Amino acid sequence: MVAKIEAVNAGDAAVSVRGLTVDLPKGMERAHAVENISFDLKRGQILCIIGESGSGKSVTANTIMGLLPKIIRCSSGSIHLDGTAIVDASPQKLRDMRGRVVSMIFQDPLSALNPLMTVGEQITEAMTAHGVGTKASRRSRAIELLTEVGLPDPELMYFQYPFRLSGGQRQRVMIAMALALEPSVLIADEPTTALDVTTQAQILELIRDIQRRKGMSVMFITHDFGVVAEIADSVVVMEKGRIVEQGTAEQVLNSPAHPYTKRLIAAVPRLTGEDRVPQETASKGSILKVEGLSKTYRSGSVLFGGQRVVNAVNDVSFDLAHGRTLGVVGESGSGKSSLGRLLIKLQDSDGGRILFEGHDIAKLSESEFRPLRPRIQMIFQDPFASLNPRSTIGQILTVGPVAHGMSYSQAREEARALLSHVGLDAGAYGRYPHEFSGGQRQRIGIARALMFKPKLLVADEAVSALDVSIQAQILELLDQIQRETGVSMIFITHDLRVASQICDEIAVMQKGRIVEHGPPSQIFLNPQSAYTRELVAAIPGERPRNTRMNAANY
Amino acid sequence: MTAIAAKSGQDRWWNSRTTHRFLGHHLALLGMVMIVCLTLACVLGPHLLPYDSLYIDLRARFSPPLTGYHYLGTDPLGRDVAARLFMAGRTSLLVGFSAMLLSTLIGTFVGVIAGYRGGWIGTILMRTVDGFLSFPSIFLVLALAAALKPGPIMITVVIAASSWMEVARIVEAEVRSLREREFVQAGRMLGLSGTHIMFREILPNAIGPIIVAATLTVARAILMEAYISFLGYGIQPPLPSWGNMLNGAQQYLNSAPWLAIIPGAAITIAVTSFNFIGDGLRDAFDVRADHS
Repeated sequence: MVAKIEAVNAGDAAVSVRGLTVDLPKGMERAHAVENISFDLKRGQILCIIGESGSGKSVTANTIMGLLPKIIRCSSGSIHLDGTAIVDASPQKLRDMRGRVVSMIFQDPLSALNPLMTVGEQITEAMTAHGVGTKASRRSRAIELLTEVGLPDPELMYFQYPFRLSGGQRQRVMIAMALALEPSVLIADEPTTALDVTTQAQILELIRDIQRRKGMSVMFITHDFGVVAEIADSVVVMEKGRIVEQGTAEQVLNSPAHPYTKRLIAAVPRLTGEDRVPQETASKGSILKVEGLSKTYRSGSVLFGGQRVVNAVNDVSFDLAHGRTLGVVGESGSGKSSLGRLLIKLQDSDGGRILFEGHDIAKLSESEFRPLRPRIQMIFQDPFASLNPRSTIGQILTVGPVAHGMSYSQAREEARALLSHVGLDAGAYGRYPHEFSGGQRQRIGIARALMFKPKLLVADEAVSALDVSIQAQILELLDQIQRETGVSMIFITHDLRVASQICDEIAVMQKGRIVEHGPPSQIFLNPQSAYTRELVAAIPGERPRNTRMNAANY
Repeated sequence: MTAIAAKSGQDRWWNSRTTHRFLGHHLALLGMVMIVCLTLACVLGPHLLPYDSLYIDLRARFSPPLTGYHYLGTDPLGRDVAARLFMAGRTSLLVGFSAMLLSTLIGTFVGVIAGYRGGWIGTILMRTVDGFLSFPSIFLVLALAAALKPGPIMITVVIAASSWMEVARIVEAEVRSLREREFVQAGRMLGLSGTHIMFREILPNAIGPIIVAATLTVARAILMEAYISFLGYGIQPPLPSWGNMLNGAQQYLNSAPWLAIIPGAAITIAVTSFNFIGDGLRDAFDVRADHS
């Protein structure tokens, strides 16, 4: 692959990386974070670096910024930034270049902004640090920037603290900060991963727009091929620290050459718009019927005023048949996770009924509900937090059944059988969670939920924390389990593409209410509510590709 | 920076990063060595010395250290100071350890329940903790010691009663944050009982801070026993303790200073060592220390 890169004139590339190798400290899973990588970011282009977690894409970005942690060293290769060599450059020189020549947008806009400084102070800080302008000129420049990134009422925004802004607004502030000194190169490290799809679409649009207006060069790091399709001019695909393929976006997306790229692209969940074929095993009749369910959160105190009331779940009703899957989709704060918690009674509802196999479980106390718990199980979102780090896999799987009266030897037999069923070897039984990868842990979480042979599974963002290729495997596993056991499922997700893969019906939630409910064909091809239309339109990479290419070549 | 996540590191505890960090903490290691030496000396010492701790030899009164076989000298009754020091060490360390065990047990129990249950149960328990904390513990201890018959067990109970609150507070805060973790929710989903979740799922995850607090409590308990015994309300002679050895020494400060210096040094060494170990453990359990 390296041989393919033609020697470009120094003036042609904003960033030019040649044979870069970055070492990892001893005892890590591999010797090099990145190994012998070479690529160019051409002026005025958007280069996407794509790869799964651990592929070394963030390390690459941090090396270019000169922000590597001390324990990680760049051992060979060169990086030219705007014609200046920056490997082994002095810290002063790097600091001078950061912000002025190259700047960066981070993944999590909440932790990247200082909570104790106003938006305006944070933007002017970079200018002050580089000794640019006077106090007044810096201020007017900051307001100009806030206007430029499309924030409402920039004069007021200047004096706001980050906690008052939404995730999308914070990311806009981050972009304004990065643009403060008009850098020629912008590095964006997964800037939209933490955002909702509609916000993500807006931010992508903004980055494209600014890049075009200013003729900036952008290095965009992502794990989502949908985002690549949306924004990239050229693409670099990384696997385990090596570049396996690079080329123009069109080339890589439409005719990928390397098997890894093919695999990644194949794993990207696509909107099917087709309804699932109902299973023959699925009998008629509903297993779960929810009527007018609601939950209100109150924070602050009535006594001292300032009480905030949030209707997390507001008059939600639906019906789930045996052996079917209902998808609950919505953006963060739509109440979809609260709904999941209400259904398995990790929280008590304020009103409404939950009829599980004909009995209302909403009113049951914890001790009355405990005997029923084995029939409703949950798969949790975060495979790292949902397994007790101090328990072995065996303990995690058997503790529930044993507490419900199963003999230990029987529980152990079933646990071992289930482990191989979910694709882990039986040797996993005696090991601890930290010895497993995210995908493997999620399999353990699924095995735990299946130990009881439940009638209903609630999966709360069960694949959101996983890489796309792992995501596809887990979805397949869930599908297979449903076909074998006839379990009914409620699949909560923010990703419409994922929902379209596995659900028989989809309920779209907004602000605690179900705004639309129907089969995938209706939701994706013929959405009835305005909000659903907006959500579907925001899905990255699903727009016809040629319109974007035309726009890029205007 | 997911790329630099370490490979499954900690297979066994002696191989874990926590252990490595602790072993890299020189003061903590020093403390550990000192405590082991001190404990061995107290356990074996009396058997190796030529004199019994209660053997009175009036002809050898006030022998300074290194007189004959009296390595650390003798006291006003001609008893061997070394023998008495080690016997006293047994009492003092035993009281310290038992008080630590007792107060850690009480504190952990209260903290786990208050932290996990929250609500009014948590409020009542934690306000009780506040109530105990607002008592001047020395006066409480002295009043109790004066009212009850002083003895090692009573002293242990009194010290434990005045030092469990700190553990309770630490554990409560830890449990309250662990309670929100998904694996605890998963435990509820499995239908595990509250007691099981509290003591089998959450508690093992809070063990780090508990061990740190316990170590520091030993130091405090040793100091407090010395305090009470020095004031004459604690361990009563002829049973020696480092505190009552100091008590007996105060009138001879000018003529026989070793009588005060030797048990004083023993107390200082024990307390400092435990504090070093506590600091070392705290740093070892602090994951953030890895990045510095």
